[in-house]
Amino acid sequence: MRRGRAELLVAGLLAAAALAACGFVVVYVVDVDTQLLGLALGLALLALAAAAVIAGKALVSQEISTEERPDFTDPDGRARAEREARELDHVVTGGVEEISRRRLLGTAAGAAGVALGAAVVVPLASLGPAVDDRLRESPWADGVGLVDENGLAVPASHLETGSFLTAFARGSDREALASSVVVVRVDEKALSLPPDRADWAPEGIMAYSKICTHAGCAVNLFRRPLYPPRAPGPALVCPCHYSTFDVLDGGSVVFGPAGRPLPQLPLRIDSRGHLIAAGPLSGNVGPAWSGVRQS
Amino acid sequence: MIRRVETALEERTGGSSFLRSALRYVFPDHWSFLLGEIALYSFVILIATGTFLALFYSPSTADTVYQGGYVPLQGQEMTQAYASALHLSFDVPGGLLMRQTHHWAALVFVVAIVMHLMRIFFTGAFRKPRDLNYYVGLTMLMVAVFEGYLGYSLLDDLLSGMGLAIGYGVALSIPVIGASFSTLVWDGPFPGSDAFFSRMFITHVFILPAVLAVLITIHLILVARPHHTQFADPGHTERNVVGLPMWPGYALRSIGLLLSVAGALVLMGGLIQINPVWLWGPYHTYQATNGAQPDWYLGWLIGALRLMPAFDVTIGSYTLIPNPFWGGVLFPLGVFGFLFAWPTIERRVRRDRRQHNLLERPRDVPFRTAIGAAVFTFVATVFFAGAADRAFVQLGVQYETQVWIYRGLAIVLPLVAYRVTRRVCEELRARELTFGTSSPIRRVRRGPGGGFTH
Repeated sequence: MRRGRAELLVAGLLAAAALAACGFVVVYVVDVDTQLLGLALGLALLALAAAAVIAGKALVSQEISTEERPDFTDPDGRARAEREARELDHVVTGGVEEISRRRLLGTAAGAAGVALGAAVVVPLASLGPAVDDRLRESPWADGVGLVDENGLAVPASHLETGSFLTAFARGSDREALASSVVVVRVDEKALSLPPDRADWAPEGIMAYSKICTHAGCAVNLFRRPLYPPRAPGPALVCPCHYSTFDVLDGGSVVFGPAGRPLPQLPLRIDSRGHLIAAGPLSGNVGPAWSGVRQS
Repeated sequence: MIRRVETALEERTGGSSFLRSALRYVFPDHWSFLLGEIALYSFVILIATGTFLALFYSPSTADTVYQGGYVPLQGQEMTQAYASALHLSFDVPGGLLMRQTHHWAALVFVVAIVMHLMRIFFTGAFRKPRDLNYYVGLTMLMVAVFEGYLGYSLLDDLLSGMGLAIGYGVALSIPVIGASFSTLVWDGPFPGSDAFFSRMFITHVFILPAVLAVLITIHLILVARPHHTQFADPGHTERNVVGLPMWPGYALRSIGLLLSVAGALVLMGGLIQINPVWLWGPYHTYQATNGAQPDWYLGWLIGALRLMPAFDVTIGSYTLIPNPFWGGVLFPLGVFGFLFAWPTIERRVRRDRRQHNLLERPRDVPFRTAIGAAVFTFVATVFFAGAADRAFVQLGVQYETQVWIYRGLAIVLPLVAYRVTRRVCEELRARELTFGTSSPIRRVRRGPGGGFTH
């Protein structure tokens, strides 16, 4: 590119940048529009970029130069490095030279440091069992009612086979992991619950913790086979890592990374036909930690 | 005029000689040397846009009823954090531009760092005396990924809440200390207390950016001290640096690159929608959405979590090591452990403790290139496994089937990549030896007198 033309081009680009930047201001004042704002400011910056690059390539000296590299290893350099290190050593240790029991003091300082570090860390241990207790807290017990998202009791008769509903422990903090459950209803004949859970699913209605035992996301997918001969059985699926829990046999893991079954809530139907808990959840809610029971 | 400023500066700072050598500092030229600069300039944009965002964002989980400009969410209960993100997007003039530019800049920042890392790895630029600086760079990559995760977690929309739940699950899975550690971080069991959002906020906007700024400074000093590496072109030796001096040519080009990065990011921020948080809705522990994906730089971790078979280490009927530990902690630790250990491994294998200022072409060190390709292939396979649910929607291949295929591929593909890369490197070198690209082909002519000229 000829020099004169390059200069004109750079000047033109700078002017374009100025114009686009003014455009940004105008758009901001007249009608704030994300696309136009982005276009104006982006183009202004790019025009400026082009001006800088063209100036760098066509207007100024392109002389390639060669420079000596500082060599950290040549004999002179090495000698100098050692001398520097000696001098540094002198500065570091020289200041404390008159202290005769340096080793004793050094050891004592080390011991003090370690002890102090331990003193800072050890109080964390008091979190220990108490932490576990907090993670095990649950609002569910025999007689606690289930309420829906509007806080209303859940009548058993409202649940059709194949339905899926999110419910909470009455009076609990809904954001607490142990509070939310999914209520599903399946064909009673298809159930294969363990013998000790035989009466946990009145009329085929079951409740499971809504929090995945893998990493704590909400299990909000209910896979219900529409074509029984071809599709696998009804299952609850977590959309984060696709842990899949069997609904019929008490929440066992049938696919995905979860290591523990989904805790089941024993249900019964009270005299008014509402769903209430018949006991606590069958296991700890949410992701596992060292020391939690497997099931 | 300039002379007078120079004199005035010299009289006050004595910095003329430093400035003189800085302005004559030589930059060797190769396109791949710009990747690190792109990361640096993305960081500049992140600071600029992030400062703007911090003026409006509120790290509070207090309940509020949304009354802002986005009609579909009006009257909804949500946290102030989410409401302030919506306010920023709809009611602050230019706010959405800043937010989207910030998000794009974060994505480009990590892309540039990863590509820069690959350049460093495959050309042997990490060798002594630059091994120390390589460790600084790796540390910055880890900080950058964590910083990005915190950034999109702050918004408190449904997706960011799901991401935090997974983070909690992973923290909880650390053997022995997991429960205490995560309760400490979240200030109680998940979703934690109000203090948790303040902690994320200060970490995201102050602590980690400050750490990055310090590390970047160290990184640049450690680049400048031994001067930049260069490829072994004619005239380039271990002892010299050949290239364009800082002033004026390189400075203008680099300013051009800064502005190009800024321009491209602002264009993307203005024109290409990213993370429309108003569509996801507020987060509740009992809600989730299907097809959720994190920002790209966490794709390898979600892939690892999804790919890992259901396997916990147990003692009797008690858990010792829960499953998320494998994909969420051990896998990234393993990959970064490999990257940190590599300079030492290579030094041992090649018995080479010398200083290196000339870069090696990937083909010239087949074993390093092949191992690097194998590790990259492994991580990339796990990364793609994280998107299997999307592939199911697009292609209809059963999710379960895909997971089993990916489990196989994660083992087989790295081995294939190793063999193929090694072979390709050796073939390329063999060709060069045969045809001798080092000595250009010359046309030989027979002159009228019978002699040969070229």
